[in-house]
Amino acid sequence: MTDWLFDGVLVSLLLALAIASIFTKHLFNSIMLYIAFGLLLAITWARLGAVDLALAEAAIGAGITGVLLLSAYAQSNSDNDQLQKRQMPWLAFAFLILILIWLIQAVWSLAGHSTTLIDLSQQALPESGVSHPTTAVLLNFRAWDTLLELGVLLLAFLGARQLAIQPYKLPTSWPLLTVWSQILAPIIVVVGGYILWRGTSAPGGAFQAGALLAAGAILLRLTQIIPPLSWHSLWLRGLVLMGVSLFILVAAATAFWGDAWLQYPLAFNGLLIFSIEIAATLSIAATLTWLVVGERRTLHP
Amino acid sequence: MIEWLSFVVISAGVFFFIAGTVGLIRFPDAYSRLHAITKADTLGLGLVIFGLIMQADSLRNVIVMLSIWLLMMASAATACQLLARYQQQSDKEMQRDD
Repeated sequence: MTDWLFDGVLVSLLLALAIASIFTKHLFNSIMLYIAFGLLLAITWARLGAVDLALAEAAIGAGITGVLLLSAYAQSNSDNDQLQKRQMPWLAFAFLILILIWLIQAVWSLAGHSTTLIDLSQQALPESGVSHPTTAVLLNFRAWDTLLELGVLLLAFLGARQLAIQPYKLPTSWPLLTVWSQILAPIIVVVGGYILWRGTSAPGGAFQAGALLAAGAILLRLTQIIPPLSWHSLWLRGLVLMGVSLFILVAAATAFWGDAWLQYPLAFNGLLIFSIEIAATLSIAATLTWLVVGERRTLHP
Repeated sequence: MIEWLSFVVISAGVFFFIAGTVGLIRFPDAYSRLHAITKADTLGLGLVIFGLIMQADSLRNVIVMLSIWLLMMASAATACQLLARYQQQSDKEMQRDD
């Protein structure tokens, strides 16, 4: 009974927040509702037992995406831009209904399906080099997907770099915030490292840890404790490109000397997975940080 | 016995959350709203965590819950200061414009 009550409230809140976020007039309210939606979605994933997804949703979906939306909002300063304009809502609605039908069909077919994939991955788990099934799938069985995900992030970064955005002035930081960021930063580094390290045996991993580290770096940049992040700095370039390049290097090496692309040799798989995860974490952290507080080129008229 | 005590303490915490939310919606200006909502963050969460600690089965859980409370409290206090100062600045700008 109480389970039903909790789940019912959760689901209705999710729906209400999603609808409100779409139909609110003012963009700022939309963003706020969207962040709240992300947090409730994280609780929903946790409730379904998908702790990995819950962590990722809270850190990336609600946290970093929310900050990105807010900084985009701060850069669009004409009042006209800040009201949502709707054109042809019915077309969008019809499109959504089609997607919904398609998704429901896809989910429905899962229910009666035999669980050969789950059995297969459980059987192969001891050979994967890690003991947490999600990490094994993400970085060994389906490492290809994760490589492409990192590629997508890199593409988004390169795309954002092409945009000439009006720079907005950072407020001068208040002593209280500066002190609190200085206390928080080492805690964030420790927690981020812990989540990364834990990923091999329990929920956690590169994306969650990267988002956490990015949050810490953004806070330090906003309080002007760390210097501006310019693309001209080789450090930043190295960090951003590190994840994809190590991944591709491993893929090429396994294809050249080993059996197939991203088929890790059994003796080194744990080590390889962990090195890729460390590189990916640092890349994700650097990319996300730059996306929010990076120094942009300004157009000279 | 201890379960009842924990129930009472958690209920008190929930009361502060509800009161904070009502204050956030009903109070007239930013400062009093901040006052209401920070009570929920600090006292409300503190009481809920205190009630849960009474039922905790290991020292590790107690330490984890206490550190969550401490982090939340410090973050809430800092965020409240930031919001209040921002409000103060924009109030001053409004007066200058008048």
